[in-house]
Amino acid sequence: MSKRKPYVRSMDGWWKKNPYFVEYMIHESTALFVAAYVFILLVGVVRLGQGEAAWNAWLEALKSPLSVVCHLVLLAGAVYHTYSWFKILPITMPPVIVGGKKLAPEVLTGTALVVAAAAGLALLALVWRIAL
Amino acid sequence: MTKILKRSNAPIFWGLFGAGGMLSALFVPMMVFITGIAIPLGFLLPAGTMSYPKMLAFAQNFIGKGFIFAIISLSLWFAAHRVYHSLHEFGIHAGTGAKLLCYGIALAGTVVSASVLLRIGF
Amino acid sequence: MSEQKIIEIEVLRYNPETDQEPHLELFKVPFTDDMSVLQGAQYIKDNFDGSLTFRWSCRMAICGSCGMMINGIPKLSCETFLRDYYPNRIRIEAMSNFPIEKDLVVDLSGFIEKLESIKPYIIPREPRTLEQGEYIQSPEEFNKYIQFTSCINCTLCYAACPQVGLNPDFIGPGAMALLHRYNMDSRDGGAAQRMELVASEEGVYNCSAVAYCSEVCPKHVDPASAVNINKANAAKDYFLRFLSPKGGSK
Ligand code: SF4
Ligand code: FES
Repeated sequence: MSKRKPYVRSMDGWWKKNPYFVEYMIHESTALFVAAYVFILLVGVVRLGQGEAAWNAWLEALKSPLSVVCHLVLLAGAVYHTYSWFKILPITMPPVIVGGKKLAPEVLTGTALVVAAAAGLALLALVWRIAL
Repeated sequence: MTKILKRSNAPIFWGLFGAGGMLSALFVPMMVFITGIAIPLGFLLPAGTMSYPKMLAFAQNFIGKGFIFAIISLSLWFAAHRVYHSLHEFGIHAGTGAKLLCYGIALAGTVVSASVLLRIGF
Repeated sequence: MSEQKIIEIEVLRYNPETDQEPHLELFKVPFTDDMSVLQGAQYIKDNFDGSLTFRWSCRMAICGSCGMMINGIPKLSCETFLRDYYPNRIRIEAMSNFPIEKDLVVDLSGFIEKLESIKPYIIPREPRTLEQGEYIQSPEEFNKYIQFTSCINCTLCYAACPQVGLNPDFIGPGAMALLHRYNMDSRDGGAAQRMELVASEEGVYNCSAVAYCSEVCPKHVDPASAVNINKANAAKDYFLRFLSPKGGSK
């Protein structure tokens, strides 16, 4: 008779056992921040569809100190999402070959972050133009 | 080995996840700043930037409409996919129920934003 | 001569014949600066407890058999040195995400099956007879897959991958890296055959891009990138299969 009795260890709390996994869980959780913001935005769109009074009430609600504090938190989450999204880009994207050589991960992440900053600023500029 | 392999339907959700993750990584931080901080505090942007006529015009514009829809819908699919995976990672194997709930919310958000944006007109 | 240094090594022990579950056992091991963690384990086996069970062979980071969790991190014990941990205690355990066979030895049969299932051999793109001579490959073509040939099947990447632990059927990083190695070989034409596995429920979509596998890989194979490139390939196959049916995948 076989004396084998392989022991399978539990996966409970695996993500607490290594700082690398803790960071993974934190960057995964940024999705909740993005979702929360998008949900607020969705309410805004619905209010916009309901007419001027409803829209102004939504704008007014955003002015409460609680709302501003919440948005500061959401901003932190959203920025971390951007950072972590582009940090893993070098492994989630097929390699970029420049001059016969694979682009270094730091270069790729750096470039992507610059592009993201530019996209954000372009959006700000566009909103500015609409405002004037 | 002659295991029967079932094709995964993940590419659909993975595709939406990737698109939403990318779009939100590019634009959501600035949008949070604009709508949640700069406008309410009357800071940086001119007063009336998000007044009703301006925003209505923005939402009626073809590109503006598309942008709002894409940000809301795709970001929700992105978040739904991550949350669904995280549940599995935390050892909650709620299976189909969790899947329906996560992706259902994303689908509802997609439908609601699409219908409102269509009703706002062009 | 300087005083003999002693390091504390805690070992996760498991004897399938007597134990219900694994437990830690502490050993005080005299060591010199040139001793690896593997040599620490050997010292224990030779001097304290001959029943301590672990795998090793080359002692030079090439056979891939001596992997273990060292203070919770998957490492080759033959290229990890006791001096880097002294005076702290060191804890060695069997590689995570594998069933423990005995002490530090894990059951690799699941991994071996996965390795077989990826068809880890060249499936010729066009059959050639001996008279036609060898297959010609340019340095550029060679560069496309060389990185993925460095794998030594140490399975540290499996020990690093929570998705493997959560779903033991997931084909996993190392096997995917090898699959990609063959797919990227200009002489090989088996990508369509291998797609069935890549796109399956055991395939690449189990990966959530934790990417710790690439971090721990001692040979810089970057298995995470192999897995993720194949997500894109499988998505292409998923959406375009109706346009250009090539077979291989269902
Ligand atoms: S990919 Fe790296 S970590 Fe994984 S088995 Fe191969 S050599 Fe080991
Ligand atoms: S003993 Fe061969 S890799 Fe460590």
